[in-house]
Amino acid sequence: MEMQKKTPKPARGLNGEHGQVWQAYIFLAPAFVIAAIFFVAAIVFALYMSFNHVNMISQQFEFSGLKNYVDVFKDDVAMTALKNTALFSLIVVPSQTIIALLIAYALSTRGIKGKKLFRLVYFLPTLTSSAALTLIFMFIFNITGPLNNFLISMGLYQHPINFLQNPAYSLKVIMVMNIWSTVPNYMTVYLASLVDLPESFYEAAEIDGASAWQKLRYITVPYLRPITTYVLLTGIIGTFQMFDQAYIFSNGSGGPDNSTLTIALMVYQYAFGSMNTMGYACALAVVLTIIIFVVSRLTEKLNGSNGLR
Amino acid sequence: MTEKSRILKIILYIVLIAYAIITLYPFLWALAASFKPLKEIVSGNPALMPQHFTLDNYKYITGTSSLFTKWFMNSVIVSIIGTVVNLFLNTMAGYALARLNFPGRQKIYYTFLALMMVPAQVLLIPNYLILMNLGMLDTFSSLILPAAINIGNIFMMRQFFLSFPMDVEEAAEIDGLGRIATFFRIVMPLARPSIATQAIFVFMGFWNNFMQPMLYISTPKKYTLTLGLQTFTSQATGVRWDHTMAASIISIVPIIILYIIFNGYFLQGVRMDGEK
Repeated sequence: MEMQKKTPKPARGLNGEHGQVWQAYIFLAPAFVIAAIFFVAAIVFALYMSFNHVNMISQQFEFSGLKNYVDVFKDDVAMTALKNTALFSLIVVPSQTIIALLIAYALSTRGIKGKKLFRLVYFLPTLTSSAALTLIFMFIFNITGPLNNFLISMGLYQHPINFLQNPAYSLKVIMVMNIWSTVPNYMTVYLASLVDLPESFYEAAEIDGASAWQKLRYITVPYLRPITTYVLLTGIIGTFQMFDQAYIFSNGSGGPDNSTLTIALMVYQYAFGSMNTMGYACALAVVLTIIIFVVSRLTEKLNGSNGLR
Repeated sequence: MTEKSRILKIILYIVLIAYAIITLYPFLWALAASFKPLKEIVSGNPALMPQHFTLDNYKYITGTSSLFTKWFMNSVIVSIIGTVVNLFLNTMAGYALARLNFPGRQKIYYTFLALMMVPAQVLLIPNYLILMNLGMLDTFSSLILPAAINIGNIFMMRQFFLSFPMDVEEAAEIDGLGRIATFFRIVMPLARPSIATQAIFVFMGFWNNFMQPMLYISTPKKYTLTLGLQTFTSQATGVRWDHTMAASIISIVPIIILYIIFNGYFLQGVRMDGEK
């Protein structure tokens, strides 16, 4: 490690030295090797597999052209997964964004006391693993769980609802859980940038007699637009890749009745299940990447601001 | 005007308190259930206070008949080693990309940036096969090695070093300290706040990770905490909510302790995210 000392050229300062190139390569080497193997090579490998019929048992690859990709669009299960994933994203992303913005606005209002305590409480779901969160929500929503008992004792209905096993409810439970667990993170992002909003903007509006709603509508929301693009994009990327919660919820099956089957979960099932269809799973993952990319770009355009640098 | 702003303030407090309750209640229900006997949980008592307070659930999962303590330790080991490795590799790479001149720097930087956008699902299958060929499946290395760098954090460190004062290093060099020694003895200690922020989020990532352990680890004794938690739902005898809730609560505690100690760094991290 001390080899570098052999070329001391203090007079020339830090730039343009020979040793600098050496040091750079030494410093980058570990990150470079890992990125080369587990990112670059992995991507190339995944693309290659997506054009092949992969038989894991005999370890054979058989070139099949675009067949895997064509199959994705002919596969009813894939369409169900796509529909679930899109619906999930469509409900979750706007909800988490709006709630996060409103809470951040309320919390950043002048003269509100206990801000630190509120933030501490709000941040709890962000800290918790998706595994623990999913279990807690499954407990709350299970047929003998506290939510059913609470709602029955309120007189809203008589017979407990089987939220977990009824296909009409299962995806909705995951939506609620996901919104609940992602809001705090985005709220903190909004809060961080609301700190920089000049107080004089609000003061000027107050002199003009603007109401709290008008201040939110005409000052806060436009001011936060670049951040909103960032929140929407991260939200879309996150929801389209939703895996842990669906997996734990359904024990990997995507059930009941494929109602919680997401594309990410399907990729897992087809790659590592009994079907021996790794090539097809890779094609599915590539399609997911393209969908995420297109939806993100559209959102960015619609929101009219460049969020991803 | 003052009357109006008083009403507004009351509305805001109601919103904030209502949302705090929504956030807290699931945790409180889980916490309460972890101190209740199973009979009381399934009999349907939504009240928070246990009628028959018991520590049996915690005793059971930390007892010898359960692998829970083992899983907890596995998570501790993987998270700590993974975090330390990440800190060094990310910081070194970020420093090289920000501070050192070498051929191909821009190309490497843009490649990293592009790699950040590839979803995990694409990498999952090939990485499984790569790890299989390296003979690393079902070892802790499979959880640490592919995650030994975090491109987002390399990027964050690069941004940090771009605004890092150059004269510190120049002074160290004039004092006769070698380049690499300067980095480890002067630069890294000065970058402590950024490194701490990075450490917290990397640690949390390892601790809460579910997908990779689920795929790569097959021996129950080597499970991490999240993977172990999941097995509670797949028992043939039905879910033991009492044990499950106690285990979930224990899994959250270390991160909450970290959060309380390093509160400031958490917010700084989010802030950096937000300003991207």
